[in-house]
Amino acid sequence: MSRRFASLALLIGLAAPTSAYAVEISISCSALGQEYEICKQGVDAWSKKTGNTAKIVSTPNSATERLALYQQLLAAGAGDIDVFQIDVVWSGMLSQHFQDLTAKAQGVIDQHFPTMIETSRVKGKLVAMPWFADAGLLYYRKDLLQKHNRPVPQTWSDLTETARTVQAAERQGGSRDLWGFVWQGRAYEGLTVNALEWVSSHNGGTIVDEKGEITINNPKAAAALKTAAGWVGTITPEGVLNYTEEESRGVFQAGNAVFMRNWPYAWALAQGPESAIKDKVGIAPLPKGGADGRNAGTLGGQLLAVSRYSKNAEAATDLVMYLTSADEQKRRAIAGSFNPTIPTLFKDAEITKANPFMGDLLTVFTNAVARPAAATGDNYNKVSTEFFDTVHQVLSKRAEPEQALSRLDRDLKRIKRSGWQ
Amino acid sequence: MKLLSRIGFWLLVLVIALFALFPFYYAVLSSLRSGSELFSVAYWPERLDGSNYIAVFQRQPFGQNILNSILVAGTVVALSLALSVLAAYAFGRIAFRGRSILLMTILGVSMFPQVAVLSGMFEMIRSFGLYNTLPGLILANMMLTLPFTVWVLTTFMRELPKEIEEAALVDGATPAIIVRRVFLPLMAPAAVTTGLLAFVVSWNEFLFALTFTLTNERRTVPPAIALMTGSSAYELPWGTIMAASVIVTLPIIALVLVFQRRIVAGLTAGAVKG
Amino acid sequence: MSATAARDIAPAPISAHERPSPLTRSRVRAAWAFVAPTLFVLALIAGWPLARTIWFSLTDANLNNLSDYAFIGFENYLVHDNGEWLGLLVDPEWWRSVWNTVWFTLVSVSIETVLGIVVALMLNAAFPGRGIMRAIILIPWAIPTVVSAKMWNWMLHDQFGVINDMLLRLGLIASPIIWTANPDTALWAVVMVDVWKATPFMALLILAALQMLPQDIYEAARVDGIHPVRVFFRVTLPLIRPALLVAVIFRALDALRVFDLIYVLTANSRDTMSMSAYARQQLVDFQEVGFGSAASTLIFLIIALLVVITIVVGRVRLSEDAQ
Repeated sequence: MSRRFASLALLIGLAAPTSAYAVEISISCSALGQEYEICKQGVDAWSKKTGNTAKIVSTPNSATERLALYQQLLAAGAGDIDVFQIDVVWSGMLSQHFQDLTAKAQGVIDQHFPTMIETSRVKGKLVAMPWFADAGLLYYRKDLLQKHNRPVPQTWSDLTETARTVQAAERQGGSRDLWGFVWQGRAYEGLTVNALEWVSSHNGGTIVDEKGEITINNPKAAAALKTAAGWVGTITPEGVLNYTEEESRGVFQAGNAVFMRNWPYAWALAQGPESAIKDKVGIAPLPKGGADGRNAGTLGGQLLAVSRYSKNAEAATDLVMYLTSADEQKRRAIAGSFNPTIPTLFKDAEITKANPFMGDLLTVFTNAVARPAAATGDNYNKVSTEFFDTVHQVLSKRAEPEQALSRLDRDLKRIKRSGWQ
Repeated sequence: MKLLSRIGFWLLVLVIALFALFPFYYAVLSSLRSGSELFSVAYWPERLDGSNYIAVFQRQPFGQNILNSILVAGTVVALSLALSVLAAYAFGRIAFRGRSILLMTILGVSMFPQVAVLSGMFEMIRSFGLYNTLPGLILANMMLTLPFTVWVLTTFMRELPKEIEEAALVDGATPAIIVRRVFLPLMAPAAVTTGLLAFVVSWNEFLFALTFTLTNERRTVPPAIALMTGSSAYELPWGTIMAASVIVTLPIIALVLVFQRRIVAGLTAGAVKG
Repeated sequence: MSATAARDIAPAPISAHERPSPLTRSRVRAAWAFVAPTLFVLALIAGWPLARTIWFSLTDANLNNLSDYAFIGFENYLVHDNGEWLGLLVDPEWWRSVWNTVWFTLVSVSIETVLGIVVALMLNAAFPGRGIMRAIILIPWAIPTVVSAKMWNWMLHDQFGVINDMLLRLGLIASPIIWTANPDTALWAVVMVDVWKATPFMALLILAALQMLPQDIYEAARVDGIHPVRVFFRVTLPLIRPALLVAVIFRALDALRVFDLIYVLTANSRDTMSMSAYARQQLVDFQEVGFGSAASTLIFLIIALLVVITIVVGRVRLSEDAQ
């Protein structure tokens, strides 16, 4: 007994310079190879600085599985995880389980992208801190565009046209498996992301606007979906209706597609030593929906939140502030190409030296569209599911865009019946 | 005619073997390839690349995961068999009021979708303080194996002829002695078969294992494989996943090979009645 | 083979006028003592969570705040509100998932039964390499469902999949089939994988029954020169029917709860969603614990109903045989 006291005293004594008690914080980081390593380095640095210890809990890679686990833990009021890494669209859904960080973030929160701040703030409460950003990009084959003397497409109709010609010419030339454009069409969150890009680049809104009004039933949105449905079977393989990010990258990286819509992660892999298209790839903002349209990549990325049930909220908040600080984001950008959520970092010389393409991404992030997660709160998943199911039906030609959207409008109104909460 | 049916028979054997084996063969093949190689179809190994097998053990405590799976599945089987041999004797050999209702209820338990009991079970496991522990998982998995072992063993018990018990009954043996002296030896082979089935059920269980464990060190094999990740968010390490699948399938195949004589013996022993 | 699965379920007749002997009484006491531990464990790990689910189905509980809910009667199932019928029982998506599940169960279990008998008969014959064959058969069943679903997903890939490649090489198809994305082929793909995975289980249980059959009947049949096919339908099939029924019931119960296979293989598109996937989507993705529990409860009831029907039909047939 006395020995345990002694060692406890020793432990406290050691930690004394920074805090009265050394505590253990558990943080749910990604289990992914490089992402895990970089998260660990950051967490370890914090531990060293503060004398606390931090344990990384790896969570499911699949977003749906991870959300399910979080909900189960939080619903039970379990303090097993202090700091949660959450997707940008979960802040509304999980908001009531997280601490309000407004006071702690005073002075630093304004450095971040306005869209990122928007997704982190729910009903005036800052429930999370932006950690890194993601947005949809257009990948193209430099060599093929050059060969066929085509510019990088500025609008979706340019893209359709270019994809069609290149695909036809190349197939005649013997590349029988070549397709024009691959993206993510499986009935899952990724389709909401893709379709939102089409719709809002046509100025068709974001399904539900900031005030919570349902706006999806409009002719511009219908036109966007019509265009996309026209791709399937012509410039896009029908199999795209079951593709996620990896399947489309597989097709593109094997050299079997002219264009691809994907997240920035695909860049490093497409340029990897094993890639069939190394040094033949370019990236650009996603096309506009016509001359008066806009470039719209859907905003993705991750936030860090502190659990309300944490027994060491003070230290946990400190860890969150440390990991989301400009210095740490810079380190992560250099070491692992994680896109910062702080605009000024995109002009940082060291970062642009390590990631030459990151400078170009600033405009993509500034123009990025957020999914209506904050506005729909608890109901975001329902709204998203209704949306991607509708889009999937249009893409597989089982419904006409106009009818499908008016049906969606009715279904969304039914969900909203008692307000979004 | 005789020759023709022989050829037909062997053709059938061949087709069935191919159908059963090919996906596993393809998994082995994929586990020996890496990177962009996986994005092309191959039927024969071109070069053997063992790096995936090394990666499996480097990136995560996979050895520990295997050990966890063995511990959980082993305990689940032992407990299920112990409980169900007793229950099966009662259900199979003794007529008592309410027997059929109880059997139906037990069948009912095996009907309930896992997803639906998830929240209630989560609540209970947490309240026992068993969250993120192997005993919690063992308890949960019993729900999947116990009804099954009770049912199958009851069926086996029923098949045994009445005479077996009669001599012991005349000697005035109590039910406990009858179970131990008469049925346990007879049931052993059947128990091996049933136990093996239960072992695989627990070995392959995914949803409970995913929900009731949190840290890498406590996970069993299926969630460990499902959570295996590449170096970036969307990359799926097919090679590593396939290598891990091959590693965990081998012990099951070994079990089947080792115990298959017992299984056969058990099945023939069950046919004493003849 | 006097005992049958169907009769197992029926209570053994205890004649009321007969006074139970002390021996019988002590045996009955022992029976209760023997089943008690099993019942206790099951009540704890299945009964309690099940009761919670049924209770939640009558409330408006939400995953976000599980401690704060109100009793709302049967509103999750059916409610008339503002001139509109709402609730699970009028949700077309729910009925679609019911139909998907039932269709999947009927098709896959039928194929598995037939194939299982074929495989079991094969393994019952004496031939060199039988042991190896038995091990081979069990491989599909030994691979974790999640993994095999992923494996097949890869094999069924429209661009890089080995299945399309094979069919193309054999000239059976002209262009790649979009197996898992097209609603018409997606459920068949699921059936194919399920057949691959579950037939071994079926075969093993049927084989167990086959090996218990008295050999002298077959001797007699051979001496009489009766055709093997006739022997199979006249002798073997009726004799293994009880075991077959048990195997079919277990498989059907499993198939009706299908979740991970469809979940991994075809994603959660509504065209292929199963009942369990629907319930999980409501419970977890939409956080509607009350509504999701209602779906779970209905699944339970539907399955129970089907089992009762199967058993009743099986029993009627058996009593006909007896005449």
